[in-house]
Amino acid sequence: MRGFQLDEEYEALRKTVEEFAHAEVAPVIGDFYEREEFPYDIVAKMGRMGLFGLPVPEEYGGMGGDYFALCLALEELAKVDSSVAITLEASVSLAAMPLYRFGTEEQRRHWLPALCRGELLGAFGLTEPGGGSDAGALRTTARLEDGHWVINGSKSFITNSGTDITGFVTVAAITGEQPDGRKEISTIIVPAGTPGFSVSKKYSKVGWNASDTHELSFVDCRVPEANLLGERGRGYAQFLQTLDEGRIAIAAIGVGLAQGCVDECVRYVGEREAFGHRIGEYQAIQFKIADMETRAHTARLAYYHAAAGMLRGEPFKKEAAIAKLVSSEAAMDNARQATQIFGGYGFMNEFPVGRFYRDAKILEIGEGTSEVQRMLIARELGL
Amino acid sequence: MNIVVLVKLVPDTYSERKLSDTDHTLDRDSADAVLDEINERAVEEALQLKEAHGGEVTALCVGPDRAVDAVRKALQMGADKAVHVSDAALHGSDVITTAKVLAKAVGTIDGVDLVIAGNEASDGRAGAVPAILAELLGLPQLTHANKVTVEGDTITVERATDDGVLHLQATLPALVSVSEKINEPRYPSFKGIMAAKKKPITTLTVADLGLDPAGVGLSGAWTAVLEAAPKPPRTAGERVEDNGDGGTKIAEYLVGQKLI
Repeated sequence: MRGFQLDEEYEALRKTVEEFAHAEVAPVIGDFYEREEFPYDIVAKMGRMGLFGLPVPEEYGGMGGDYFALCLALEELAKVDSSVAITLEASVSLAAMPLYRFGTEEQRRHWLPALCRGELLGAFGLTEPGGGSDAGALRTTARLEDGHWVINGSKSFITNSGTDITGFVTVAAITGEQPDGRKEISTIIVPAGTPGFSVSKKYSKVGWNASDTHELSFVDCRVPEANLLGERGRGYAQFLQTLDEGRIAIAAIGVGLAQGCVDECVRYVGEREAFGHRIGEYQAIQFKIADMETRAHTARLAYYHAAAGMLRGEPFKKEAAIAKLVSSEAAMDNARQATQIFGGYGFMNEFPVGRFYRDAKILEIGEGTSEVQRMLIARELGL
Repeated sequence: MNIVVLVKLVPDTYSERKLSDTDHTLDRDSADAVLDEINERAVEEALQLKEAHGGEVTALCVGPDRAVDAVRKALQMGADKAVHVSDAALHGSDVITTAKVLAKAVGTIDGVDLVIAGNEASDGRAGAVPAILAELLGLPQLTHANKVTVEGDTITVERATDDGVLHLQATLPALVSVSEKINEPRYPSFKGIMAAKKKPITTLTVADLGLDPAGVGLSGAWTAVLEAAPKPPRTAGERVEDNGDGGTKIAEYLVGQKLI
């Protein structure tokens, strides 16, 4: 990425994912969404084209790209559908990347190749019934006993945690007390199917209905001591870093949704007639769409900028928060306007904008609410 | 097994396609250009054969400079190298001159065991180049393949027709043309996209191939397109009320159309 002009290979990737989304996702995803069914076949195809390994080095089965490549893929998928985008985002950004960054060589070799092929999905268990934004308030515990971690507690809204191909969930848990009395938080890898780890039935959600989200519970769930991810007591710092990056990825999904609204509307207003004219000839409609395009465009610049800073190794906390904030609000605003332009059809689930409307809201909540983003931005300004 | 796969840049079937007003050749500026879909399947088949039997896949393209996009797509999918014949003299070539140029270009590639082509391109739709090329190269031709298997130096293909399935066999080297039903082409991975940048593309002119520029292109073509008009829009159908004589009226209509 040079400035804001995509290098040739990034543009080729973007175009490939765009073609994939239109040819493989768009025609079928509405049915999966309506049945609230996980699209295994699409995920397998995404795996075969290497999307789950985009930012992972080749020696672990990845594509040797970077986080920006992942974001481009997420944006293109989200232009068509957010369920498949969030499935990719959660497995790569919240599971594979922390495993690559903080994991031991053995953990990397064990999990990353299958994750990169999309044959296994990873999930990240952070949020709990009693703590979302206040992530440090978690209550799940893990105590060391005879060379095993014994985990007790529960986790909420965990993406990718209950599919047939879920490989593991990384669980943030209290593993003790620090000398100053604060909680010691660590992250532990819990393979799917471990006794004591149970997955509740799927949530009934407002949106993202073709993605997999469950509540998880752990009752004396034992995993080997070696399943600790990264250093003991570094869990909090690890997930703060994971979430900073994740915000850029969610921003990319928000931009995709916001742009998808524009694309759908431009097509529709060129066909739909009212009062003797195509509705695209009316300035009231043109201005709405011009505003939508403006929001999508500026939000894209914000996430490109945050990703560029991150890849250069510069601080990017504020930029990532800004990108997440503007893009999720752009997605929400654009979905609202797109639905308005489509009128009654926009309220029907069979039209993409109906799905966009339902999928947009969570972007202002997941991986840091808009309030948390504002808090982070203010804090970065020294307030 | 060394495979040459023919690739062609065609106007995207989803964009407006038209011929130029002056010489009735393809107006390349009016449409987005893509690697022909059937060629993607030809490349996929070549890659699957390479993955099973080893060897090298060379993408071969005859087309203007921008056709390098089709070549690059083949390289991104996994072809090892490419030969691109680009020359202003080729403008307006018909199927025979195109096949002559392809035959010469195949000759520049060492140890070719198999040539794979799509059975027809989505623009011209003559569907004749693979057969002419096989004839010029003196290779057995197994056209319209739905399935290809190679064992040792024996190649077997299945060709589905309305009447049944034909099983064709030949000894390598040979030429195969594939149908659109043969496989599902892969999407290039990011690794493939990055690797493609480093793969060699040999660009050749008509003179490099030892051909006379006057013998190719519009001047060398045996056929010329005189006129092209878009298909007229479909008109509204004729409504027949059935007052007990519906069958007769339909029959009369079909007779009027010389259909029965």
